[in-house]
Formats: sequence, C-alpha cells, structure tokens
Amino acid sequence: MQSFIPIVLVVVQLALLLALSPFVVGLIRKVKARLQCRRGASLFQPYADLAKLFRKQPVISSTTSWIFTAAPYIVFASTVAAGLLMPVFVSHTPLNFAGNIIALVYLLALGTFFLILAGLDAGSAFGGMGSSREAIVATLAEPAMMLSILSIALTAGSTNLSTIVHQSALMEGVVVAPPAHLMALAALFIVTLAETGRVPVDNPATHLELTMIHEAMLLEYSGRYLALMEWAAGIKLLVFLTLIVNVFAPWGIATSLAPSAIAVGLLVYLGKVAALALVIGVIESMFAKLRLFRVPEMLGAAFILSLLALVFFYTLKG
Amino acid sequence: MTVLLVGLLAIYIAGVILPPCFSGKARIQNLVAHGLAAAAGFAGMVLGLAGLLAPEPWTASVDSSIPFLSVAIRLDPLASFFVLTISVVGLAASIFALGYLAELYGRASIAAMGSLLNGFLLAMTLVVLADNGFFFLILWEVMSLLSYVLVVTEHEKPGVREAGLFYLIMTHVGTAFIILTFLIFFQETGSFSFEAFRHPDQQLPEGLRSIAFFTALIGFGAKAGIVPLHVWLPYAHPAAPSHVSALMSGVMIKTAIYGLIRVYFDFMGGEFPWWWGFTLLVAGTVSALLGVMYALMEHDLKSLLAFHSVENIGIILLGMGAGMIFHTYGLHELAALGLLAGLYHTINHAAFKALLFLGAGAVQFATHTRQIEEYGGLLRRMPWTGAFFLVGAVSIAALPPTNGFVSEWLVFQSLFLSFQLPTLFLKLMLPIAAAMLALTGALALACFAKAFGMSFLAQPRSSHARHATEVPRSMRVGMGFLAGLCIVLGLAPMLVVPLLDRVTAPLTGAAISSQVLALDGWVVAPVTVEFSSISTPVLAMLLVVAGALGLLIARLFGKALGARYYKTWGCGLNLTPRMEYTATGFAQPIKQVFETIYQPTVKLEQEFLEQSKYFIKHQRFESHIEPVFEKYLYRPVVALLLAAADRLRIIQAGSLHLYLTYIFVTLVLLLLWAG
Repeated sequence: MQSFIPIVLVVVQLALLLALSPFVVGLIRKVKARLQCRRGASLFQPYADLAKLFRKQPVISSTTSWIFTAAPYIVFASTVAAGLLMPVFVSHTPLNFAGNIIALVYLLALGTFFLILAGLDAGSAFGGMGSSREAIVATLAEPAMMLSILSIALTAGSTNLSTIVHQSALMEGVVVAPPAHLMALAALFIVTLAETGRVPVDNPATHLELTMIHEAMLLEYSGRYLALMEWAAGIKLLVFLTLIVNVFAPWGIATSLAPSAIAVGLLVYLGKVAALALVIGVIESMFAKLRLFRVPEMLGAAFILSLLALVFFYTLKG
Repeated sequence: MTVLLVGLLAIYIAGVILPPCFSGKARIQNLVAHGLAAAAGFAGMVLGLAGLLAPEPWTASVDSSIPFLSVAIRLDPLASFFVLTISVVGLAASIFALGYLAELYGRASIAAMGSLLNGFLLAMTLVVLADNGFFFLILWEVMSLLSYVLVVTEHEKPGVREAGLFYLIMTHVGTAFIILTFLIFFQETGSFSFEAFRHPDQQLPEGLRSIAFFTALIGFGAKAGIVPLHVWLPYAHPAAPSHVSALMSGVMIKTAIYGLIRVYFDFMGGEFPWWWGFTLLVAGTVSALLGVMYALMEHDLKSLLAFHSVENIGIILLGMGAGMIFHTYGLHELAALGLLAGLYHTINHAAFKALLFLGAGAVQFATHTRQIEEYGGLLRRMPWTGAFFLVGAVSIAALPPTNGFVSEWLVFQSLFLSFQLPTLFLKLMLPIAAAMLALTGALALACFAKAFGMSFLAQPRSSHARHATEVPRSMRVGMGFLAGLCIVLGLAPMLVVPLLDRVTAPLTGAAISSQVLALDGWVVAPVTVEFSSISTPVLAMLLVVAGALGLLIARLFGKALGARYYKTWGCGLNLTPRMEYTATGFAQPIKQVFETIYQPTVKLEQEFLEQSKYFIKHQRFESHIEPVFEKYLYRPVVALLLAAADRLRIIQAGSLHLYLTYIFVTLVLLLLWAG
C-alpha cells in the first residue's frame, strides 16, 4: 500500500497539470476581456478549442522533415516532465530525486530547442522570424533565471524544489521578510513573462506577423500537432505560475500526506494560481507590447535584480 | 599492462610505416592506415580502462645518453583517462576516414595522410603518458608538427597555408612558455623527471611558483584555445580534413587540459593561493562566453564548431577553477567535485565535438561546401547524418538527458556550492560565473538551433544541397559510434563517475564517488539527495512516458486521422528557398543586442534609377564584425616584431664571412663566461 502512494501522487499531479492548464489560459483571457469591457469567451473555451483541434485532420507542409511532426511530442513531453519535477499541492514530490530546479530549467530548454527547430522547418519567413526572436528572448532570460533561482536556493539551503518548498512552508517568517526574496521574486516574475510569451514580451493573442514570437513558430501547425503545442504552452505557463506561488508563497501547501492537509493544499493551490493568473491578466491589459529590442533592457533589469538579491542575501545574513 | 602498451605502440608504429609500402593503391593504403589506427584506438580504450582500474600507477623508464632525458612512461589514472579519451575519438575518426578519404583518391597522398594520422595519434597518446619533462616536450613538439602537416593537407585551397602558419606560430609560442614552466621546476629540483617535480627537495618561493602558474597557463592555454590565445583555432581546425579536425578539436586541445591538471594538481601538489583558481575561473568564463558569441556569428560550419571548442574549454576551466578555489580553502571534497565536473566535460566534449566535426565533414563530403547559408533540407537527403548531428547538437547545447547536460549540471553544482567559501568576494563571484555559464548555455542552444535548423531543415538553398546524398556506411558508423557514446555518457553517469573519481581522488585527496552517486547509482547528487540531485535515466524515462502520453491522447481523440501534405503558405506566392530565414538573419537580433562585443560594421551601396530614387538598380550589402583580439592585441604585436626585425636586418648582411665571425665571437664570449 505504502509504495502505491508515490505513484498515485505522480499520476494525480500529472492529471492536475494537464487538466488545469487550459483553465488558466481561459482565466487570463477572461480577465483581459472583462477589463476591456467585453464579456469574453467562457472560461472553458480552451478545452473546447483543444478538443476541436485534436479531432481535425492536420495539414503538414510538404517541405518539412520528421522534426516538424516529432517536435510537438517532444515539446509536450519535456514540458510535462518539467512539471512533474516540482511540488504542486504537496511539498513532497515523489520525483524530487530525478531532477532539481536546474534540471527543470534545462528540460524546458529542450522544448524551446525543438520549438525553434519546428519554426524553421516549414521554410516560411514567419517561422524563421519567430524562431530567431524566441532564441534571443530565451537566451537573455536564462542568466536572470539562474541567479534568482540560486538566491532562493541559498535561503532554503537546497536546489531541490521539494526541499525548498517544504523548508519555506515550515519556516514561518521567511517568506515575508528578506528583501533578497522580494527581488528574486520580481526577477523571476519578469522571466516568467518572457519565457511564457506574455505581454510585454510577446502577445499570445496576436496574429500580426511583425509582433509575434511564439505564434509565429506555430504558424504552420494544425490539428493534433497544434493542439499539443498549445497545450504544452499552457502547461509551461502553469509550471512557471506554480513555481512562483510555491516557492515564494508556500503557505497552506500540504506538508504531510494526511487527507485533510492534501485537501487544504489543493484548494489553496488553486486559489493562489488563480490569483496570480489574475495579476498576469491585469498586467497584460495595462501594458503595451515592447519593441523586441527593448526586451533586453527589461531582462537586463531582471538580471540586476537577481544579482542584488544575491548580494542582499549574503550581506544581510551577517 | 606491458603487453597492452607495447601492442598499442606497435600497432601505431605499423600504421606509420606500412601505408607507404602499398604505393599506387590508394584504397589499400587507406584500409591499412585507418584499419590499424582503429585497431590501436580499440587497444587504447582497453589500456585506458585497465589503467583507470589498476590499483597502482604503472611505470617504465629507459635512460638515454642525453642528459636529463629519459624515456619514462607512467600510466596513472589521470594519464589513463586521457589515453581513453584520445583512443575513443581516434577509433571513431579512423573508421570515418575510411569512407571520407575516398574522395581524395588520386588527388592527395592517402599513404602520407594515413601515416601522419597514426603518428599524430601515437604522439598524443605518448604525451599524456610521458613522465619526463624533456621527453614530454619532444612529444609535444612532434604532436604539434604532425598536426600542422595534417592541417595543410589541402594546401592548394586558399587560406589553408596561412591558417597552418598561424597555427605553427601560436603553438610554438605556447611551447616556449611550457619550456619556461619546466625550467622553473628544474630550478626547484635539478631534474626533468616528473617524479622529481612531484616531490621537490625544497619548495620554490611563492613568487616563482606564481610565475610558473602563469607560464603554464599561457603555454597550455595557447594549445587549448583559451581567450585571448584562441585566435588560431577557428582558422586551423576547419582547414584540416574533417576527421583530423575532429581529433584536433575533440582531443588535441584536451592534452593542454591534461597539462594544466598535471602541473597544478600534481606538481604543485594542490598548494596554491585562491587567486590562481580565480584566474582560471575568469579565463573560463570569458572563453566560454566569447567562444559561443563568435560561434553565433560564424556561417562556416567548421569554424562555428571550432569556436565552440573555445567555449567548451572555458566550461572545463570553470570546473577546474572552482575545484582549485575549493582546494585552497581545504574543501577537498568540493575540489574533487569541481575537477570531476571538468573532466566529465572533457570526455563529453571529446565525444560530441568529434561527432559534430565528423557530421560537418559528412555534409561537406555530400555538398562540397562549408557555408551554412548554402545548405538546407539536408535531413531529408541525409537522414542518418542528420540524426547523428542532431544528437551532437542536443548534447553540446547541454539538454537533458544527454551527456553535455550531466557535466554542465555538475559544473553548476560546484559553482553553487560556493556558499561554503569564507570570503564574500568569492561567494559572489562563483554564482556570477554560474549565471554567465547559464547565458553561455542559452547562446549555445541558439547557435545549434541555427546550425542544425539552417543546415538540415526547410528547403535546400543551393544546388549543392539539393543534390546531396547520404554518405557511405563507414562514415555513418564512425558518427553512430560517437552518437551512441554521447547517449551512454549521459544516461549512465553511474559508470562514468566512479572511473573519474579514481582520477580526482589522488589529485585532491578526497574520494567522492560513493557520495556523488546516491540511490544505487541512479541519482547523481553532489552533496546529498536533499540538496540537489538529477537522474538522467529517470528523466529520459519521463520524457518517453510523457511523449507516449501525448501520442495516446492524439490517437484517442483523433481516431486514425491521417495527415494531409500541402505546400507551406507563401502569402499567395510559390514558396522558394529565398523566402526562408537565413543563418545571418537568424543571428541578427543577437548581433544587435550584443553589439558592444561584436562592433558590427554595415556597408550598404545603392544605385538608383535616374528617374526615381524609389527604384533601386542594384545594391550591395556588406556586414562584418570586428575581430577585436586580432585588431587590438595581435596586430600591434606583429607590427612591433616586424619593426624590430627591420632594425635587426643591419646585422644580417647576407655575407657568410660575417656569420662565421659572429659564431666565432659568440664562442669566445661563451668560453670566457664559462671559464
């Protein structure tokens, strides 16, 4: 019986990631719609979209190679695998040992790599444009991400996500106080906006070739391949949101496997993710998309913030 | 052990002597030379493994009549590891050469190339085995000269001879500094034996040891391609035939890493001030970043790969530098971790860089060009080469679950563990190095997305690429072997770490294998599983399961919907290769963002129609990036040397009598001095 629990936890976490991600996408769209005084589509519209896409016959460009059809599966697989490495509503992740936070970052990078290749494969200029832009945005986000991760890891004394979250959930004051934490949070939030293709870096709602990044790479996709890519993008967004809420605000996460704790953990998790999705929706409505060559400045600011977080960590500690 | 070693040497020597005996039969020469090299590679792998597993170092030495020179050989774990690395790549490159050289039958001397290759491999193997400074230098020189001759194989092509000359000069500058290093040790011990270097009677003063540190760094750095001594690398490595490039980039530059580890950890006994390690850390960071940045702007596939060697040497130095810093502060286990990470990256880089160079050679074999802009669509025409190149690209971009990921992850961990250091400065510097490594990794990803995407995907951009066909089987076997190795080294750290531990344990005084491998070896965890861990087999499994899940969902929903194939939407026009994004265009945003480093210059000449300036008759576009190091560092030095030579010409009158007088005067002066 005991040995089943980890497997059950992994399966539940997998199911939650798959099921919840379209909802988060729908929620952000709804928030934006309401702020624009529209009623907006139903919160469950992304599910319907995915179901529809899966039932459509895909059209594949005849200039492509096997990379084009394999990429959606690889992108999907790497994103899902990354999602399984982090704690979601229970601080103990059974797969904690399989990879720490660096492994998570690099798994997502594996997806990015194949996404970029997929964008190039169809041979249209739009795909290449998207790939080229994705490459620069992903590149610049990386150092800021690594440093902010490190300053969090130092506070918890671990780079394993489960340990980080578990430690900070047990420690009372740690989440509220240190300025190091706040700066790391700000840096990671900027990185999240860049990595998941949100405004002001990219606009998920655009289909104007001059402004799009992520959508440009997916331009030639249709049917089940597009569904997998869209779904993976949703999961990636959820992974980043989960990372932020659990690392910086782990209150309420289940630190034991008692049914009551799990129930509370699940509810609190859903609430926190919804709140963060709301924030993203508001930000998307308030800001205009930046010019591509202004994005480095924003990510540079994130890098400086994370560097300051590190300096503060060491100097304020003693 | 003796039998193995003698056998190995015998095969290589046979490989040097035999090929010219079959004059006029290029095919047989090729078969004999590279068959023997492959056999020796296999023997070398066995010897390397045996040396790693042996409880005691194996030594042999024959004294010679020349003072201070003895033919001494010592097979300790460090040497064994490098023998193994050299042999593995040697094996793959030799098999590859069997098919690759067929193109050159009748155009170049296959026998000469085969003999030289065997000699080159022999020299590299002996360099890491040598246990005497004099012997080492002779072999080092033989290795450098043979590789020079191999570089200029195709000397009729433009630029090859210049590249060779550049290489020759740089490598000799390096050798000069290595000689200086050994002379300082000679001062210390009065002997050229490595054994004496290891156990000096009296320690030299700190200042002199620091000079030895720098001379070794410059001497070996010139061979390894540490910035700013890297400038020859992107010229020389691409000029050589591809299997030789694979050997030069994959393993020859690693002999310099061997030299550095030998000098710092073995001879210096690991007693060094913190700023030595810090210097390596800075050199590593700068090399890694600039290497990958220049690679991104390079559109010659082999030059691009050569720049990536600079990057990866930087990553190796990061591991080594972190190890040295930890060592200074007595954190021996962390020192072992840093060094282990560096060594792991050494063999990984040997595997994937050799694979990529062989891949580039295969592509060049099929298309007769090295320009990425002229490739495109090769994956459909060369499926095997493409797949192998993809494995190499994913590995060098350090993506899980391949080998590059494991070693870069270990380097990250050793940099993250800097919080155990006592000084705030280093506590901050190591994480910054980690952030720069993250940037390097991301740039490498972009660069290989470019290299693979532009070469193998979409439509062919030239008729060369359109008419490319898959390469012969032996070339595919050579690449396949290395691709398999990349995957094994990634998925099975539990096999690699204990072997590397045998290398690092004697050098740092801490065995960490049992600590690093947790949960029966399934997990790599430098400190504890609680602190940080990865398990590449489990990650690979997760990827497979999640991918299968995606496939299953697609099947369940979509039933058995087939796919329809149709041309890419070209905005109403027929899509041509000219509409594709180019490699230059792909890298353009990166060029613009980092323009302080690249200092790009753009020249645009336009000629308009007389009637209206809105219609262009023709235009010419040129874009360059500034070769900063060549312009601001090398050109002034060269100018200085030329000016000095100009002055010195006064004493070079060209008269034999005058020269004889010089000799006579010198002799008299020397005799006076000696007396």
